[in-house]
Amino acid sequence: MRKQTRSRPGIAAALASMAAIFMPALARANDWALNMPIGVTDISAEVYRLHMLILWICVVIGIVVFGAMLYAIVNHRKSRGVVPAKFSHSTRVEIIWTVIPVLILIGMALPATETLVKMEDTSGSDMTIKVTGYQWLWEYDYLDEDIRFFSRLDAESDRARQLGSGIDPFTVENYLLEVDNRMVVPVDAKVRLLLTAGDVIHAWWIPDFAVKKDAIPGFINEVWFQANEIGVYRGQCAELCGRDHAFMPIVVDVRSQEDYQAWLAEQRGDVADRPVAAAEL
Amino acid sequence: MSDTATHTADHDDHHDTPKGIMRWLTTTNHKDIGTLYLLFALLMFFVGGSMALIIRLELFQPGLQYVNPEFFNQMTTMHALIMIFGAVMPAFVGLANWMIPLQIGAPDMALPRMNNFSFWILPFAFTLLLSTLFMPGGGPAGGWTLYPPLVQQTGDALPFVILAIHLMGISSIMGAINVIVTIMNMRAPGMTLLKMPLFVWTWLITAYLLIAVMPVLAGAVTMLLTDQFFGTTFFHAAGGGDPVMFQHIFWFFGHPEVYIMILPAFGIVSEIIPTFARKPLFGYDAMVYATASIAFLSFIVWAHHMFTVGMPLAGQLFFMFATMLIAVPTGVKVFNWTATMWRGAMTFETPMLFALAFLFLFTIGGFSGLMLSIVPADYQYHDSYFVVAHFHYVLVPGSVFAIMAGVYYWLPKWTGHMYDETLGKIHFWLSVIGVNVTFFPQHFLGLAGMPRRIPDYATQFTNFNMMSSIGAFIFGLSQLMFVYIIFKTIRGGAKASAEVWESPTGLEWTVPSPAPHHTFDEAPQVK
Repeated sequence: MRKQTRSRPGIAAALASMAAIFMPALARANDWALNMPIGVTDISAEVYRLHMLILWICVVIGIVVFGAMLYAIVNHRKSRGVVPAKFSHSTRVEIIWTVIPVLILIGMALPATETLVKMEDTSGSDMTIKVTGYQWLWEYDYLDEDIRFFSRLDAESDRARQLGSGIDPFTVENYLLEVDNRMVVPVDAKVRLLLTAGDVIHAWWIPDFAVKKDAIPGFINEVWFQANEIGVYRGQCAELCGRDHAFMPIVVDVRSQEDYQAWLAEQRGDVADRPVAAAEL
Repeated sequence: MSDTATHTADHDDHHDTPKGIMRWLTTTNHKDIGTLYLLFALLMFFVGGSMALIIRLELFQPGLQYVNPEFFNQMTTMHALIMIFGAVMPAFVGLANWMIPLQIGAPDMALPRMNNFSFWILPFAFTLLLSTLFMPGGGPAGGWTLYPPLVQQTGDALPFVILAIHLMGISSIMGAINVIVTIMNMRAPGMTLLKMPLFVWTWLITAYLLIAVMPVLAGAVTMLLTDQFFGTTFFHAAGGGDPVMFQHIFWFFGHPEVYIMILPAFGIVSEIIPTFARKPLFGYDAMVYATASIAFLSFIVWAHHMFTVGMPLAGQLFFMFATMLIAVPTGVKVFNWTATMWRGAMTFETPMLFALAFLFLFTIGGFSGLMLSIVPADYQYHDSYFVVAHFHYVLVPGSVFAIMAGVYYWLPKWTGHMYDETLGKIHFWLSVIGVNVTFFPQHFLGLAGMPRRIPDYATQFTNFNMMSSIGAFIFGLSQLMFVYIIFKTIRGGAKASAEVWESPTGLEWTVPSPAPHHTFDEAPQVK
């Protein structure tokens, strides 16, 4: 998810004319993202390849089937004076177009199974963070580090997103995709997340990690990721969780091992001052 | 037959039945009840459609301009409930009422009084449902899937919503019983099961699905009710309950429900394509078996709606493989329709145009469905706009276009008048353009990471959302043409012959147009 820095005046005026309607499109021509991100984990790259494989298989089947339909529509029409054929079945053809799809499906199922098995293997993790969803914020609990904090929509987005706020969302950097306290993890570490929720069901989703899992009250779900690149990765709650479902983003800050250790030290200092961040609730 | 043939008189020739409003309240005639169902569905299509336009208006640009998030959530929830239970399902029941007796040569539905009852429940059910919008706390806002614990946060509306769903379920079950009893007992002599028109076949299978799963939904919502008011904890984790169990029960209903909304559409398209290709349906037997296979598979794939819920690996693999299998019978259907067109002599009247759009666009929805079945990729697609695009492709240019195709196809038989072909074609092209401009960009939004059911979004999603909203208004407003065309045809127009189209097959074309109030008092012989 890219940064939004460009500001653009008077979005409300966009309704006034067609030209104004397409202003945002013209102003930010790079915001026509069409496809799934390849992401920054081995798994997300694998998921991307799987997605593209199925997509291309569908495209090829589509070209064949739609091609046949279009050919018939163009050529087999009454206005061309054709006399309709009388055939109404052909066992051989019907067997062929039952068997071929089965073979194609097997070809899809094998790599999908392989990837799924890897995704489900949470063993051998380097660290564990317990993630709890609440209406409408996240809590991150670093189980081995005695660090625990809440993470909610940043104040600037929160002001702009109010009904009739008068603040142009385009002037807010990372509108709706920024939090006050980011989850920080080291690069190249296998991070295991334990997901649960305190009230209703939420879902933790970072597209760049290909991780999406429900956080359910009374349940603990496991997922893992291992980010290969330092950077900031953004996602949102993906399970309808009430009024402010759109307003509980997830931001993961992947840092170098040294920067992560420095962050840990800083947090421990913080934690000493404020035993838990519950005061923020 | 000879008796009815002389009855070519006026449409409102019906002996000593009451006139005016009482005619419609007390009618037990399958044609009147079919008309009531269809008009009710049309009304609900506009109510649900208006809610969709409120949704698309708010999503036209980032930030909140028109509605607050709570009301937005009520709109998404109500839009789905009304479109599914109020528009698509009653429209299919209306078509079943009108056409099944005509297609199997029966004088009426088998249980006419129950038929009346099952329709007249619906206006009450939907009045109840819509009234919740004005209650303290507003209407239901937890999504049409009603997942606890969120749905338990609904205000005063919850028991009313549950009662409304019970009423809809009762209506559907009675309608389904009527369809099965009619088809099983009242076919004309000589019409064996494998001679039935495909629309009858698909409805027979749909009716069994309805009877199988509507009680499951009723059970699920009743448990919600007792959890809320009578201290049970079926779905409360704190009381030892299981919120995920609701999802399993709901989707055990929900997935067959998906096919309840598409199988009759398959039937309609299977009637229309042979007529306008002037060639018999290719692979009739295979079509029947494919429909039955899809119905069977629909009972063992429910958990593909909940891959992210955290199931064991073996469970996920099972539901992935079973879901992928559905592509086989569905593919057979698409291939058979294509083969029906192949070397036919096609013409492109409005019903055929809608049927062809169905063929292309439903197939696109099928492709995205196949993509969604692949669990690792589904983790990315799940609950994103990709899913919204997928199910709207199978429901709007799928089910809804098939219903419209059926309406144009049979409207001359119902009214005795031809509809305005030029207007019909304009309506078609506006609809097909509107639908694609609305829903195709939603694939991109979902892949780029936009979650569904959100009233406001990050600014990089702006362009495709604007496009989608513009498409929605094109589609929504062009449906006013549909209403205009229907009422214009009811009021007058070129006289339709009994056959209406060029040598169509089926018993419905042997009775005059408009179909007299009573048909097939004497059963026709089927060779």
